[in-house]
Amino acid sequence: MPHIEISTENCKGCGLCIHICPVSAIEFAKEINKLGYHPARYKGDGCTGCTLCFYTCPEPSAITVYRKS
Amino acid sequence: MAKDILTKPKAFYDNFHRKPDQNKQDTHYCPGCGHGILHKMIAEAIDDFEIADRTIMISPVGCSVFVYYYFDTGNLQVAHGRAPAVATGYKRTHPEAIVISYQGDGDLAAIGGNNILQAANRGENITFFFVNNAIYGMTGGQMAPTTLLGQKTMTSPYGRKAEREGYPMRVLELLSSLEAPTYLERVALTDAKHLMKARAAVRKAIKTQIDGKGFSLIEVLSACPSGWRMTPTDAVAWISEKMEKTFPVGVYKDVIKDRKPNTWTRMLEKVPFEKYHEILELTGEPMEIEADMSSVLDIYKNPEILIAGFGGQGVLLLGQFLAEAGMRHCWNSSWIPSYGPEMRGGTANCHVKISEKRIGSPIVAKPSILIAMNLPSLDKFEPLLKPGGLLIYNTTMISRAPSRNDIEILPIPATKMADQLESLRVANMVVAGAIQEKTKLFDEIILKDCLNTVVKHKNFIPLNLQAIDKGKEYVENFGK
Amino acid sequence: MAKELIKGNEAVIKGALLAGCDAFYGYPITPASEIAHAAAKYFPLAGKPFLQAESEIAAIQMCYGASGGGSRVMTASSGPGLSLKMEGISYSCGSELPIVIVDIMRGGPGLGNIAPEQSDYNQIVKGGGHGNYKVLVLAPNSAQEMCDLTMLAFHLADKYRNPVVVLTDGFTGQMMEPVEFPYPNPGDFKKHHWAAMATPETRDSIINSIYLDPYELQEHNEKLQKKYAEMEKNEVRFEEYMIADAEVVGISYGTVSRVMFTAVDVARNKGIKAGMLRPITLFPFPKDKLIELANFDRVKAFLVSEMSNGQMVDDVRLATHFKKPIYFFGTMGGVVPQVEQLAQEFEKIIKT
Repeated sequence: MPHIEISTENCKGCGLCIHICPVSAIEFAKEINKLGYHPARYKGDGCTGCTLCFYTCPEPSAITVYRKS
Repeated sequence: MAKDILTKPKAFYDNFHRKPDQNKQDTHYCPGCGHGILHKMIAEAIDDFEIADRTIMISPVGCSVFVYYYFDTGNLQVAHGRAPAVATGYKRTHPEAIVISYQGDGDLAAIGGNNILQAANRGENITFFFVNNAIYGMTGGQMAPTTLLGQKTMTSPYGRKAEREGYPMRVLELLSSLEAPTYLERVALTDAKHLMKARAAVRKAIKTQIDGKGFSLIEVLSACPSGWRMTPTDAVAWISEKMEKTFPVGVYKDVIKDRKPNTWTRMLEKVPFEKYHEILELTGEPMEIEADMSSVLDIYKNPEILIAGFGGQGVLLLGQFLAEAGMRHCWNSSWIPSYGPEMRGGTANCHVKISEKRIGSPIVAKPSILIAMNLPSLDKFEPLLKPGGLLIYNTTMISRAPSRNDIEILPIPATKMADQLESLRVANMVVAGAIQEKTKLFDEIILKDCLNTVVKHKNFIPLNLQAIDKGKEYVENFGK
Repeated sequence: MAKELIKGNEAVIKGALLAGCDAFYGYPITPASEIAHAAAKYFPLAGKPFLQAESEIAAIQMCYGASGGGSRVMTASSGPGLSLKMEGISYSCGSELPIVIVDIMRGGPGLGNIAPEQSDYNQIVKGGGHGNYKVLVLAPNSAQEMCDLTMLAFHLADKYRNPVVVLTDGFTGQMMEPVEFPYPNPGDFKKHHWAAMATPETRDSIINSIYLDPYELQEHNEKLQKKYAEMEKNEVRFEEYMIADAEVVGISYGTVSRVMFTAVDVARNKGIKAGMLRPITLFPFPKDKLIELANFDRVKAFLVSEMSNGQMVDDVRLATHFKKPIYFFGTMGGVVPQVEQLAQEFEKIIKT
C-alpha cells in the first residue's frame, strides 16, 4: 500500500501538506515537537502515493513518500 | 516520476553543516515558505540529471542568500542583485558547468534589474530562478518592485499606490520582448496543478542549459507567510486569488525547439602557450644595431620633438614613426598623444623624445624640434621652442612668418607637396623626410623600414616612401 | 626578443595574456579604453573570453564569478568606473578572490576630465569600499612596467588570494614606449583547490563573504589582517635614484616620478643634492625605507609631488613620523608638474 512517513521533528507545522492532500489523509498531531510546532501526522491509511504532500512541503527532510508498499 | 520512494534529494547535504545553529536538518526558512518548495524541486532535478558534480549555485542577498547551507554543489555567495553578472563571468570561463542563479524579487527586479536584463539580452546559457513573493523577506518586509497595488509593507504602510510607488514590475513580460531568451515561464507554488507545472518548468529550464540552448528564467510566485502576516494556507490562497491577477502564470517564451543544441554554449578552443607570441604579434627579431648619435650635430642630439596640427594631418602617426625609428636604433624613445575628444577632429599634438639616456619626463615642455602643421599650432607652440631649436612649419597652411629670431627655421609646403603626390595624407611623411635630411639623426634604411610597422595598409607604403624622398629632396635643395 | 613600440594600455593586455589571464570583463572609459580594445582583439585569438559588460559594476562582478571558478581574470577602468567597482572589490576581498584591476586615473571629482590625475590614490590604496580590507597596489610609470607589473599582479593576486590593482595615470596608459615582452611561464599557473571549479573534487568549495556570527567575522577579519601584514613584510617595492648622498628626497609615482627623475638631474646640475624614492607598491608602502631616510642626518627634507590635492603625502607623513619637513607640490585637473617646477622646489627647500 502507498504510504507516507512524516518526520515529526523536521516538520514546522505549516499545514500545506494537510491542505493539499486530495484524500485528507494528513492531520495536525496533538503533541508539540522540539521545534515548537504541532507537526503534521499521517492518519495511517488512505494514501494514494500522489506525492503532492512531498512537493508542497518546504522542508527537505520532513516527508518521505512510498508510492508502492 | 517513476521513483518508488520520494525522499530528500541527494543534491541536498545530508547534514546542513554550514548552518550555524544546532539544527542541521531543517532549513532556516519560516513555516510554509516557498523557498523550501523550490529548493526541493531544483535538488530533485539536479539528482535526476546527474549534474551535482558540475553544478554551481549562485546565491545573492535575500532570504535565499544561504542556499549554500543546503545544496551539495559548488556555491558562490554574491552581492545584492549581481548574480547575473557573476553567473556570466563564471559561465563564460566554465561553459561546461551548470550555473543556477537563484534570486529574489528585490534582488533581481530592483537592485539587479539591469544585470538580469543584460544577461537575458546576451542569451547567457544559464538557468535563473526568480522567486517573486512581492516583498523583501530577509530585511523585514519592505516593499518590492513586485509588491501589489494596495499591498501594505513596512515601507508602503498605507498600501502601494501607483501614483506614489509605481506599478508592480512584470519581469517576464519585459524579458519576453527580447530576442535572445530561450525559455521564460511564470509558475505558482499553490495547488496540485500549479505545483506540477512548477516542477516541470524547473526541470525544463535546467535541461535547456544542459543542452546549450541558452537563457531560461522561471518566475516563481511564492508564499512569504511571515512577510505577509498570514497563515501558510492563507498565503497560498492569496497567491491564487491576488498575485496571479497581476502576474498571470504561463509560458511567456519557449523557443527551445528552434534552438540548435550547444549553439549558446560558447565553448572556446584554448590555444597553446607556444602560440602566444604569434597571436600577440611578438615575432620580430631582436635588434642588433648599436647606433650612436656621435655624428649628429649637438643641437639635434637626443631630440625633444613636439608635433602639432589638425586632426587628420597624420600628426600622431608622424610622432609614432619617429619614436619607432628611435627604438630601432636601440635608443630610448617615448610618444605621448593629446588624447580623448581632442583626437577626434580639432587639433592634435604629440610629444616625442628620443634619447641615448634614460627618458625621465616624457613630456616635451620645451621642444628642441617643433613641427607646426597649421597656424594655431605655430601660434601656440612657437614660444616654447628652445633657443637654437629647429622649427619646421607647413607653409601651405601657415601664411605668416615665425616671429622668433633665435631659432633655426625651415619652411616647407608639406601639404602642397603631398597634394602633388595626390594624397594630402602623406604631408606628415614629407615632413619626416625633411627632419631626416636636416638632422641626419637616423639610418635611412632603418627609418624607411619603420613604415612597415606604422602604416596599416601595406599598399600605401610606396606612396609614403615617395613622400619621405620628396621631403628630403626639398631640404637638400633648400636655400640653394 | 624584439622590442615593440606600444601604448602602456596595450602592453597591459599582452602582459596579461602572457601571465595566463583567462578572461577579460570590462566597460569602456577614456583613458583606459585601449585596454578593452586590445583585450577584445587578443583574448578571442587565444581562445579566451572577452566580454563588454553592461557596467563597471557588472564587470567586476563577472570577475568575481570567473575568479571564484579558479580562473585568472582582469578588468580595467578609470576613476568614475573604479567608484562603481568598489562594491565588487569589497566583496572580492571578503571572499578572498584574486582579481587584477587596472585603474588608469583621470581628472575628477565627478565627470572631471580625461586628463591625467592621481586622485584615485585614496579610494584605491585606502579602500573606497566597505570593510577592513586592503588591496595590493602596483604603480607603473612606463609602458614596460605596464606589462611587467600586470604580470606581477596576477602572480601576487594568486599568491595572496586577493585583488591587486595596477594604478597609474592617463599618461602612462596613453604613452608609447619600447617594450620587451617576456616568454610565458606556464609553470606559474596552477589550479586553485579552494575554487568552485564545477568538478567532483571541488564540489564542496564555497566562495563566500558572509559570516553572521560576530566572532566568526572577527576571526575572518583577523585572518585578512595577517595576510595584509604578510604583504607588508614581503612585497614592498620601490626604486631609488641618486639617493645615496641626497639631502632632499623627492617622492612620487607614475608619470610624476618621470618628471621628478629629470628634475633631480636638473637640480644636481645646480649643485643641489637631490634624490628620488619612487614607490612601486603603494600598498604596501615603503615605510621602512622612508623612516630610514628620515633618520639620516644628511636628509633635510622630503618633496612629495602628486597630481592630486595631496593623498600619498599623508602616507609619507605617517611613515616618517614627521621627523623631517615634508613639502608638497600638487597639481590637479589634469595639469602635469613640470621639470622646472620640481627643480625649483628642490632649490627652494635647500635654501630654507
